[in-house]
Amino acid sequence: MSAVNDSVLFLVLRRMRAPLIVMILIYAVSILGLVLIPAVDAGGAPTAPMSFFDAFYFVSYTASTIGFGEIPNAFSYGQRFWVTACIYLTVIGWTYSILSILNLLKDDGLQRALATGRFYRKVKNLSEPFCIICGVGETGSLICTTLDQVQMRFVVLDTRPEPLQELELGDYLADVPALNADAQIPGILLLAGLRHSHCKAVLAVTNSDEANLAIAMNVRLLNPGIPVIARAEHAATAANMDSFGTNFVVDPYALYARRLALAMRSPPSYQLVEWLTRVPGTPIPELHKPPTGKWIVCGYGHFGRAIVQHLDTMGLHDDVRIIDPRPTNPDDHLSIVSAGTEASPLIDAGIKNAVGLVAASDNDINNLSIAITARELNPDLFIVMRQSSSANSMLFEAFDANLTMITTQTVAHACLSYLTTPMLSRFIREIEKQPAAWAESLIKALTPICAGCVPFVWTTRINRVKTPALAQALHNVDCPVSVAALMTSNRDRRESLKLLPLMLERAGQIILRPAPDLPLHNGDKIIWTGTREAWNEQKLTASYGNALNYVLTGKSSTGSWLGKYLNG
Amino acid sequence: MNLEKVVFGFFIVLAATLNFGFFIGDIDRPELHHIYELFAAIVVNLIATTLKFGDRTQIGAIHLATSLVADLQLIAAAVTWGFAVHVMHLGMTPEITASVVSLSGGALFANVVSVIFLIAETLMMRR
Repeated sequence: MSAVNDSVLFLVLRRMRAPLIVMILIYAVSILGLVLIPAVDAGGAPTAPMSFFDAFYFVSYTASTIGFGEIPNAFSYGQRFWVTACIYLTVIGWTYSILSILNLLKDDGLQRALATGRFYRKVKNLSEPFCIICGVGETGSLICTTLDQVQMRFVVLDTRPEPLQELELGDYLADVPALNADAQIPGILLLAGLRHSHCKAVLAVTNSDEANLAIAMNVRLLNPGIPVIARAEHAATAANMDSFGTNFVVDPYALYARRLALAMRSPPSYQLVEWLTRVPGTPIPELHKPPTGKWIVCGYGHFGRAIVQHLDTMGLHDDVRIIDPRPTNPDDHLSIVSAGTEASPLIDAGIKNAVGLVAASDNDINNLSIAITARELNPDLFIVMRQSSSANSMLFEAFDANLTMITTQTVAHACLSYLTTPMLSRFIREIEKQPAAWAESLIKALTPICAGCVPFVWTTRINRVKTPALAQALHNVDCPVSVAALMTSNRDRRESLKLLPLMLERAGQIILRPAPDLPLHNGDKIIWTGTREAWNEQKLTASYGNALNYVLTGKSSTGSWLGKYLNG
Repeated sequence: MNLEKVVFGFFIVLAATLNFGFFIGDIDRPELHHIYELFAAIVVNLIATTLKFGDRTQIGAIHLATSLVADLQLIAAAVTWGFAVHVMHLGMTPEITASVVSLSGGALFANVVSVIFLIAETLMMRR
């Protein structure tokens, strides 16, 4: 990118030409005048004028306003006339030059060129794995905060300068390279490190579906090896993205509707999914049990449609009433054309004997209005609300609906769980297939570990690079290592760590909730959940030979040859 | 007719001619090399250098390089002159004069190279 630096230099040089020429001319004229005008000696008699060198010296300290006044004799009046003129000339000359330089530095083009150069250098010097986040609106900044907490680095692109300024002021653990540019332009993505050896993923979470689509396409074509996670609000865009192989398309409405259906079918499973996908360290969300029965859906947009589809698959087709201001033909559901914010359409839809209501329009105030009216008409109603903007959080918290779907948070959580633990989405699909009793037993096992906070979720991959000690031990076929080795503390092997194995993947096969006596093989991938301290201890056991040795045999040694010889 | 090119060419040629005017004459006779001409040569060379800033082409780079060389040599000549006369109080002996004039000869060579490039550039554009 030396072209960027060069162009900055050339721009500066070009702009400086006029001021420099003015200064040279002013100096030349002043010196010439002083060399021609006769001086006077101490007595007052006229003598030869100053030499060139004296004149140059005098003009130098006069023009820079230092004013030594050091030339031995006082000036003649002719000289004084000339010097007066010089003073005004030179001061104007310097002012012009300095103002030109300042204007140049303020120049937008120059600033942008400098910022791009700085950004490029910062990205080039990254030596840890990082993601590229395109779009730091509410979703993007939520993702940034969480990634920072799990100590993953990221590079940020956005077309607006304000979110980037907020990012600068934010309290992040590491330096965040940020650029105000359009990520749809392939050159910008390359600048942000798309082909960098440490780039791990690209997240396209801007507000615009077309932009996300363009970014996903750019990544697919420029560097197919990098996973791209894209947000799509419309089904058409989601299908488009899937068609060229976007790794993970986040459709917040479909996702939430699926979770809601899960919550209706099997509340413990839904609770388990919530526990595993929320931001670690935050308090555990309370259990919600949306009832099955008659549901009213207000607003047949994307969210409403997704919910109705899931309700249909649960066999509640005839119990669904749709209220929407636009007349649509929604697959033979009973529908009322209305905004739904007054009492009468709600009563017509049968709110008095309904069990639940979904306020799914895209306007937060309308949703609140619908919900308030509904609660007045039927206080026992299970209300699900859609919140589009975090700015209205206070209103939604004050109303306290049973379930509030915050679009930006849903997208952020989905992206984060895919990014930090890709196996997790597979595990969640497995949870959805299991019966409620299975989920309940897992929750019971998890409760003492979690202590009221959302646990951390991580994956362990057993190979020579990630877990050297464990891989080494597994080469010894006569000494099998089981899952229990990774569940024991390496400070005191009678203590077990506060974690649980959720799923083990071996050669494409999965084992849910592996038993502690299951032997491990090289190449296994295991998802764990537990506290952060347990995670750190387990990492140490798997990587450090002495710790693993202690856990397996109970003998603590330094591992040196002398120690091994003396201890036998 | 491009005014910028006229100005550019004017200053390059003026710099070369003033330099030549100072240089010409016996190398060790101070009365043949007038200080005002050296002064004029320095000023115009500096202006010509400034005009050559900011050109990204290869020819522009060579122009700037030759100009800087000429500036360097002319300023060295002026410094030698000033040092000899004012600091060492030697006056303009033939030896000092020869040093000053040979330095300006070096600057002349650089200026001539610059003029040749100017000619080449102009001939390349046949219009």
